[in-house]
Amino acid sequence: MPKVEVKKAGLYTTIQDLGRLNVAQYGVPQSGVMDSFSAKKANLLLNNEADAAVLELTMAGPILKFQSKTQIAVCGAIFDMYLDEKPITNAKAFQVNSGSVLRFGGLKKGFRSYLAVQGGFKTAVVLESRSHYPKITSASRLVNGDELEIDSLENTVIASARVNFEDQELFSNTIPVFKGPEFELLPQKLQQELFIENFTLTPAGNRMAILFKELLKNNIKGIITGPVIPGTVQLTPNGNLIALMRDCQVTGGYPRILQISEMGICKLAQKKPGEQVLFQLSEFY
Amino acid sequence: MQIKPSINRLGEKAILLQWDFNIAPENLNWLLSIKQILQKHVIESKVQIINTYNSLLITYNCSIENIYNDFNALKSYDFTGISYEDFKGKLYKLPVCYDVEFGLDLDELARRNSLTASEIIHLHTQPVYTLYFMGFLPGFLYLGGMKERLKISRKKEPRTSVLKGAVGIAENQTGIYPNSSPAGWQIIGNCPVELFNAHTENPCPFKAGDQIQFYSVSKQEYDKIKQQIKAGKYILKPESHA
Repeated sequence: MPKVEVKKAGLYTTIQDLGRLNVAQYGVPQSGVMDSFSAKKANLLLNNEADAAVLELTMAGPILKFQSKTQIAVCGAIFDMYLDEKPITNAKAFQVNSGSVLRFGGLKKGFRSYLAVQGGFKTAVVLESRSHYPKITSASRLVNGDELEIDSLENTVIASARVNFEDQELFSNTIPVFKGPEFELLPQKLQQELFIENFTLTPAGNRMAILFKELLKNNIKGIITGPVIPGTVQLTPNGNLIALMRDCQVTGGYPRILQISEMGICKLAQKKPGEQVLFQLSEFY
Repeated sequence: MQIKPSINRLGEKAILLQWDFNIAPENLNWLLSIKQILQKHVIESKVQIINTYNSLLITYNCSIENIYNDFNALKSYDFTGISYEDFKGKLYKLPVCYDVEFGLDLDELARRNSLTASEIIHLHTQPVYTLYFMGFLPGFLYLGGMKERLKISRKKEPRTSVLKGAVGIAENQTGIYPNSSPAGWQIIGNCPVELFNAHTENPCPFKAGDQIQFYSVSKQEYDKIKQQIKAGKYILKPESHA
């Protein structure tokens, strides 16, 4: 199998697909792409399956060298990107040749980007997914010098598709949420505050959880440890709001006051520390 | 006991069923009986159902349409007539070496709870623990049924790493670290048996609702079991119990 050489890994680059959907019973986190909207879009551009493995790049992207001809597409956060030192754009399929080098430069907008390659990256499947996670996959992120297997494609026909749905929605600061199981335990004043206040992302965020700076003083009690999923927003006794993300544990003991929508998780994944979001209450249809 | 759960959507892809009852083995078995029935008769699509102490979470891979139908079916479902005896777990006996080499906090536990080392071992190996669910780490067992006299608060300063298999106590819980990990629990021994292996089809030998009992092994026996595991000759089998 031909390979992609990781010349420089970038700040935090992982292999992700749509995650492990049937192993929560063993305490295994779901994992998978933080922004599934952008990752699916990148795969769509190449006619890949929606769950083909992509690279998730965070804030500073990698330098990659391709050992064979293939096609790539990048969606999500907008970086300066150079294919053999020629600028290329987001949300469009490009042909790369054997020996081509893809280099990511400055970050223009958003926080996480998805690089899809035709057929998907072929790293090891563990528990039905290629998503990196410590102690599940042998690696938990890319490092310089890694080699990633891809399909060999001799007769590549370039898809001329360009996906034209706008990313304005992705980069807006409103996060659609539903009421969480313990929402009604909040006093009415706090219930209102949740949807009026702007919440600022702290630098402590990662693939497990995003923490917010603003505190919501409360005296609601903890719950008997119960199920949590990506997008569950917990409120700690200290007043910290914690939005659980894709690598979160499967259970938790803090009150679950909100549940972020799938699109809301994608939007939150595109926010940098220091940026602000506004939660917007949605109803189930 | 409350029969009808509160039923709510948790985001677009999950339904949460919650009961207002205490942590108890019969309540767990009741939840697991319901889980079996839902999987067989109520839920139409392929879903994942997990339990905690008082909840079932049904997670869908995608289909929004099915979740809508199932949600309505659950809302009108009659939960009476389900018996906690419909679910039967298995009993497993797990070796633990309580040698001081592994039992880093045996002294502290002995001092603070006025116990001797052999009393600690006796109190820890006596109960049949109930496996409620797994969480925190892949393969970490939430066990209920620990003796009150072993209750102790977490370490003031968590350790940056404990050995794979470390057996710990925190408050009224006991558990085993399935992999080396940072740890805040008081460590009293080590279990040589592999509790989690992501590279096998069944990554963990146990399921929620199973029962676990520990038995004390010497350092020599511990080493022997380790060797058997390494050679692929150790087979963990459930006890044939009533």
